[in-house]
Amino acid sequence: MTTAEFLKTITEAHGVSGYEHNVRDIVVQEFSALCDEVRVDPMGSVWGVKRGTVGGRRIMLAGHMDEIGLIVKKLDKHVIRFTQVGGFDVRVLPGQPVWVHGRQSMPGVIGMRPPHVMPAAERDKVIPMEDLFIDVGLTAEELAQQIRVGDTITLRRGYVELKNGLVASKAMDDRAAVASLLECLQVLQGLKHNWDVYAVATVQEEVGLRGAMTSAYGVAPDAAIAVDVTFARTPELPETGTVEADKGPGIARGPNLHPVMYDRLVETAKRYEMPYQPEPVPGASGTDAWAIQVSRQGVPTALLGLPLRYMHTPVETLSLRDVERCGRLMAYFIADLDDTILDSFRPALPEGE
Amino acid sequence: MKDTLRKLCEAYGPSGNEGQVRDLIRSEIEGLADSVRVDALGNLIAVKGSGGHRVMLAAHMDEIGVIITHIDENGFLRFAPVGGVWTLGLSGRRVAFADGTIGAIGLEKLDDRDRVPAMAKFYIDIGASKKDEVHLKVGDMAVMTRPFVTNGGRWIGKAMDNRAGCAVLIETMRRLKAPKHEVAFVFTTQEEVGLRGATTSAFGLDPEIAVAVDVTGTGDTPKAAPMAVSLGEGAAIKVRDGGMLAHLGVKDLLVQRAEENGIAYQLEVLEGGTTDGRAIQTSRAGVPTGVVSVPTRYIHSPSEMIDERDAEACASLLVVLLENDITL
Amino acid sequence: MMDIGFLKTLSEARGVSGNEGEVRDHLARTLRGVVDELITDTIGNLIAVRRGTGESPLRVMVAAHMDEVGLMITAADANGYLRFQPVGGIDARVLPAKRVLVGKDAVPGIIGVKPVHLTEPSERRNVLKVDQLYIDIGAKSKDEALGIAPLGEFATFDTPFQYLQGASIEGDEPRGRISGKCFDDRAGCFILHNLLQKQYPFDLYGVFTVQEEVGLRGARVAAFGIDPDLAFVLEGTVCDDSPKEDDVSPTTTLGLGAAISIADASVIADRRLVDLLIETATEEGIPYQIKQPMVGGTDAGAIHLQREGIPSVPVAVPSRYLHSPESVIDLLDLQHTIRLVGAALERLPAVWGSRGGVA
Repeated sequence: MTTAEFLKTITEAHGVSGYEHNVRDIVVQEFSALCDEVRVDPMGSVWGVKRGTVGGRRIMLAGHMDEIGLIVKKLDKHVIRFTQVGGFDVRVLPGQPVWVHGRQSMPGVIGMRPPHVMPAAERDKVIPMEDLFIDVGLTAEELAQQIRVGDTITLRRGYVELKNGLVASKAMDDRAAVASLLECLQVLQGLKHNWDVYAVATVQEEVGLRGAMTSAYGVAPDAAIAVDVTFARTPELPETGTVEADKGPGIARGPNLHPVMYDRLVETAKRYEMPYQPEPVPGASGTDAWAIQVSRQGVPTALLGLPLRYMHTPVETLSLRDVERCGRLMAYFIADLDDTILDSFRPALPEGE
Repeated sequence: MKDTLRKLCEAYGPSGNEGQVRDLIRSEIEGLADSVRVDALGNLIAVKGSGGHRVMLAAHMDEIGVIITHIDENGFLRFAPVGGVWTLGLSGRRVAFADGTIGAIGLEKLDDRDRVPAMAKFYIDIGASKKDEVHLKVGDMAVMTRPFVTNGGRWIGKAMDNRAGCAVLIETMRRLKAPKHEVAFVFTTQEEVGLRGATTSAFGLDPEIAVAVDVTGTGDTPKAAPMAVSLGEGAAIKVRDGGMLAHLGVKDLLVQRAEENGIAYQLEVLEGGTTDGRAIQTSRAGVPTGVVSVPTRYIHSPSEMIDERDAEACASLLVVLLENDITL
Repeated sequence: MMDIGFLKTLSEARGVSGNEGEVRDHLARTLRGVVDELITDTIGNLIAVRRGTGESPLRVMVAAHMDEVGLMITAADANGYLRFQPVGGIDARVLPAKRVLVGKDAVPGIIGVKPVHLTEPSERRNVLKVDQLYIDIGAKSKDEALGIAPLGEFATFDTPFQYLQGASIEGDEPRGRISGKCFDDRAGCFILHNLLQKQYPFDLYGVFTVQEEVGLRGARVAAFGIDPDLAFVLEGTVCDDSPKEDDVSPTTTLGLGAAISIADASVIADRRLVDLLIETATEEGIPYQIKQPMVGGTDAGAIHLQREGIPSVPVAVPSRYLHSPESVIDLLDLQHTIRLVGAALERLPAVWGSRGGVA
C-alpha cells in the first residue's frame, strides 16, 4: 500500500478511543511488511520494531490511531442518546451521518427536533448534546436487540481529494501521523540506521494520552518523536499559534520538547532541503509528546506537527505532501543518529569557581 | 455485609487521614488473607491465593471532607473542600473531626438567595466564642456525619462512596474459597483528591489485570441526567466514565461471568467522574483494567443510597471472576 | 552566615521553564568541590549528591525548582513587534508597561501599552489580554525581530535585586526585606544550596528541578530515577498578608517564619514529616507557620506519586507578589527555613525507620 492508500484506508476505518481494534488490524498488517517484529501492548498500542545495524538504542515514533467519537449512553424508545469520547464542538453534530457499531455496524443520522416546531428564539441557541439523538431507522424493540449501552459511534464521512494535493476525511487526527510513520518505515527500507526504531501507533490519546504514557514506559526509548496534527491557518485564525498547510511539518519548540532534538530535526530538514515550520509551544503540547517526555527518568522528545484545517470535525483537511515530508524527515533524522547525541542530551556543566 | 458497611460508613476517614478506616478493615479481614501490609502512602494491601494471574482489586477507603484553612478571632473555622464537596446543601450540615468534635456549618448572610453561595461564605461553628477556645488547628480535617440507616433493602449513609466498595471487597474475601489467582485486595487512600493511593500501589504490585470497585451514579431519579443505570438492577459493569475507557477484554469477561452465573448486571456509561481504575490502567506499561460499580444515588452527599442486592451482586461477580480462569 | 550576594545572583539569573541553563550553571559552579557528585539528566535537572557519614541507610531527596514563569515569543508582525504567550501561570494584569529581557543575549524590550490619553473610559475598565500585548525591542521589521528573537525564544522580567529599607545582613541575624523576581523558587534553590554545605548521616540528593511551573515535570523524572525514601520540597510560596477588612487567612505572613504545608492542591503532606518539622521548630525555637491548606501546588505533588509512593512535605519561604515582576521576602524567614530544614534533617534518622517510614 502506498502512503496515500494507507491514509485513505485507515481514516475510513473506525476506532474510537479504547476501541481501536479495526484500525489496529490494518496497522499491524502494513507495519509487518516493513518491520522485523510487530507487537501489541497491554493497552492495545501497536509497536512496529525495525532493528538497527548497531542496535541497543531505541528511538520511539508515536502517532495515535484513536479518533474522537460518540458512545451510546441510553436507549430512549426508538432513538439513541449518546455522549462523546474526546471533544467535539457540539455545533457540528446536528445532521451528521454516523455509523453505530452495535451487534453489527449500521448507518444512522444525528437527529434533532425540526426547526419548524420550535419557537424562533430557540433557533439562535446551540442544541445541547442531551437534546440530540441518533436514529438508525429501527423500532424500539429492534433497537434494543441490536444496540447496547456502551456501543461506539463514529462519523460516516469518507476520504475526498481536493485540489493541489489536499485531502479531507474524518480521523485525519491522528491517522495521518500513523501514515507518516508508515512513510518513515518505507523510506528507512533504503537507508542504513544504527538505532532500533519503535514506530508506535498509540491508543487513547484523545482521552488523556493514555496509550503513549504506557507505551513509552514499555519501550523505554532513548529518544522519541511524537507526530500529531497541528492547527493550519484558515481565514478566521490568527498567525499566533498556527502554521500553514502544505508548507512542511511543524517542528515544535518549548519546554515540552528537548532542545537538542529540535535543533537536530531543523538541521536535518535544512540539510535535505525539506520545508518545515517552527512552532512555539509555551507549555503543555496536548499531544503524546507531553506524556512521553516524563516517562521513567525522562525521554528527550520532539514533536512534529501535520498542519490540519477544521480539527475535530468529519472534514479534517491536510496536505498529503506534508504527511510524506514528515515521514521522510523522521527517516533521514534516524539514519543520521548515532550515540554522540546521547551525551548532548544531558546539559554540560561548567567547571568550579 | 450490612453490619460491616454500617461500621465502615460511620468511621472517620477523609483523604490522607484514613487510619481509622484502615484499622477497622484490618480487623474485619483478620484471618482472611495470606498476608497484609501497609505501604508508604497508607494503602492497605491484603494478598490471597497464588498461581494464575496477579490480580489487583481496588476500593478506596477515603471519603470527601473539609480542611480548616483559618480560625478567626471569634472562633469560627473557615475551610476548604477535600475532594468534590458541593456547596449546595452545606448549610446546616454537621461535621465531625478526628477527635469526635462536632461542628455545625453556618452560612454568611446572602445577598442573593437564588444563587448557590461560594465555599468562602461558609464556616464551621464548634461552639467556641473566641479563637483561644478552639483546640483544633489549621490543617485538621472533618467529614460529614450522619448515621447509617436502612429502609428495607435500601441502605443510606454518608461515605457509601466508597465504603460500599470496601464492603464489597471484604465480602468477596469472605466468600472466596479457592481463588485461581494471586489476588491483591487493595484498600486505597486519597482517591478523592486524585487517585493517589491507587497510583502508587498499582506501581508496587505491578498487576497483570485489575478491577476497581467504586460507586457510580444512576439515571432513575426525577429529572436525572440520562443514564441507563438504576438502583436495584444489579452490579454496574463500567464501559466508560469521565476518566477512563474500561479495557474491552476485562469488560467483556465481567459480562460473560455475570451471564453464565445469573448475576444481575447493567452496563455503565458515566459522563463525569472517575475511579482508581483510571490510575491503575496506566501504571507502568499498562494494566488491563475494568470497574465494577455499586449504583448509588446522591453521591457526595451525606445521604448516599444504595441497594443491598446491587452490592451483593458486585461481590458475587468478583468471586466468580477470581474462581475461574482469566483469559483476555 | 547567608551569602545574600548569591541569592541576588540566583534571582537575577534568567531561567524560564525549559531554559534553566543559566541558573543551573551558577549552582553547579559553586557546588563543585562541595558535593560528591554533580550530574544532570536529560530533562535538565541538576542533581547534587552529598554522601552521608554512613550512619543512616536513608536516601533523602530535597528539591527546589530552578525555573521561573516568563514569556515565549510566538510571532512577529511586519513592523517588528513581538507577540508572546506566558510560560507558566502569569496574571495578565501584571504585564502592561513592564521591561523584559528577550532571549539568551538578554535583549531589552518593553511590553508596550497605548497612551492613557487615547483610551476610552470603558476600555480602561477591561483587563488587557495577552493577545493584545506585544514586546517592542526596537526592531523595524519582521525579519529583524525574528533574527533577534526567533519563534520559541523566551523572555523574562527585567528586575534587579533590591534591598528594601532597613534590610541588612550585618551581624548574626539578618534583618529586613528584599525585592526581586522569582524568589519562587530561587529562594528554595538558595536554601538547598545552603543545606548542601553540610554532611548528614545519610546520602542527601539535592535536586534542582526544571519545569515546575509548567506541570512539575522535572521533579517527577528525578524522583523516579533517584527513588528516595522521602522528600522535602523547598519553595517560595503564596503570601496574601495585605490589610483586609475580613478576618480571612493570609495564606502565609511575611516575617512569621518557615511555612509548613499540611496539604495543598497537589499533595497531602506526609503527616510524620509535618510532625517532625513542627517538633523540630518547637524544640529548637525556630519560628514557623502553617500555610493555608489547599492553596497552590509544588513539586511534592509529582514526587510523592512516583514508583511505590515517596512520603513528601513542602516547606516554604513566604513571598509576596508571587509570579509578578517584583516579589518580596523577609531575610529572617529565609534564615529560619534553612535552620528548620537543616535541623529536621539531622533528627530524621531517629524518627524514620525502615523503608516507607513504617516502623
